[in-house]
Amino acid sequence: MTMDLKGKIALVTGASRGIGRATAISLARAGASVVINYSSNTAAAEAVKKEIEDLGRSALVVRADVADYDQCEHLMKSAIDHFKRIDILVNNAGITRDNLLARMKAEEWQAVIDTNLNGVYNCCRAVIRPLLKQKSGGRIINVASVAGIHGNSGQANYAAAKGGVIAFSRTMAKELGSRNITVNAVAPGLIETEMTEVLSDDVKEQVLSRIALGRLGKPEEVAEVILFLASSANYVTGQVILVDGSLSM
Amino acid sequence: MSVETKVKDIIADQLEVAVDKLSKETTFEDIDADSLDIVELVMALEEEFDLEISDQEIENINSVGDVIKYIESKV
Repeated sequence: MTMDLKGKIALVTGASRGIGRATAISLARAGASVVINYSSNTAAAEAVKKEIEDLGRSALVVRADVADYDQCEHLMKSAIDHFKRIDILVNNAGITRDNLLARMKAEEWQAVIDTNLNGVYNCCRAVIRPLLKQKSGGRIINVASVAGIHGNSGQANYAAAKGGVIAFSRTMAKELGSRNITVNAVAPGLIETEMTEVLSDDVKEQVLSRIALGRLGKPEEVAEVILFLASSANYVTGQVILVDGSLSM
Repeated sequence: MSVETKVKDIIADQLEVAVDKLSKETTFEDIDADSLDIVELVMALEEEFDLEISDQEIENINSVGDVIKYIESKV
């Protein structure tokens, strides 16, 4: 199996922390030059850049809020101006605003849809013309969630957005297959990131009992699957790979 | 270079057909262009002639002659 990304340019959204950070580093380790997108934590994004440069790879940090289409256009343009092409897009940027529906504010609903679902549209829309123009295929990997498959109490907004991302990915796979652009989704379960750090010990304990592997996943373990989809999985498109240690919800 | 020659060159290049196979009467159906082929062709035309072609306008373009007529009306 070849996981060689030498000469490839990858863009990872939300790459300053968590799964995005692990993905950026793992793609770089496989040889790719990486565009690190982030929205708020400049120091963390710069730290990822340094880590990638220490591996002997190139990295570019670009701040952009994926919820804003114009910023996504600017993000792609910066990437292509700098690296002259783009091969891999990982739509990872995501937020949570958990609440039971009975208490969920319209702003909480909207913020999650804007970033987690519209953000995927925005970045894909901005990258698609350059990808088609290059005529050399491409890889798009969208980070969904098991919540988007099974649903999760308190996460109507998040689950709806992630479910949308899955349907979007399957559709993109059909639209773009003839151009050798593959589009897949990964659906992480509970992963040790800042996003899950906020969960109470009670909740964590309860969830752990439902994970076959009996532990939370590591960001690097999700990154490995993304790397596989970005490199060697030539004949895989329109799929959702669960990276959840077999979590029954 | 005339608009006609330019347009034919772009179509030939984008849709991978020999330029001498293209006449004004050639339809996109004749050369087996699917919807994504048309989108790519429109992208190339927009870039070459520095214009923006709306979805509605694309719907009315079915042949090589349609493209030439459309571009000539814009440049």
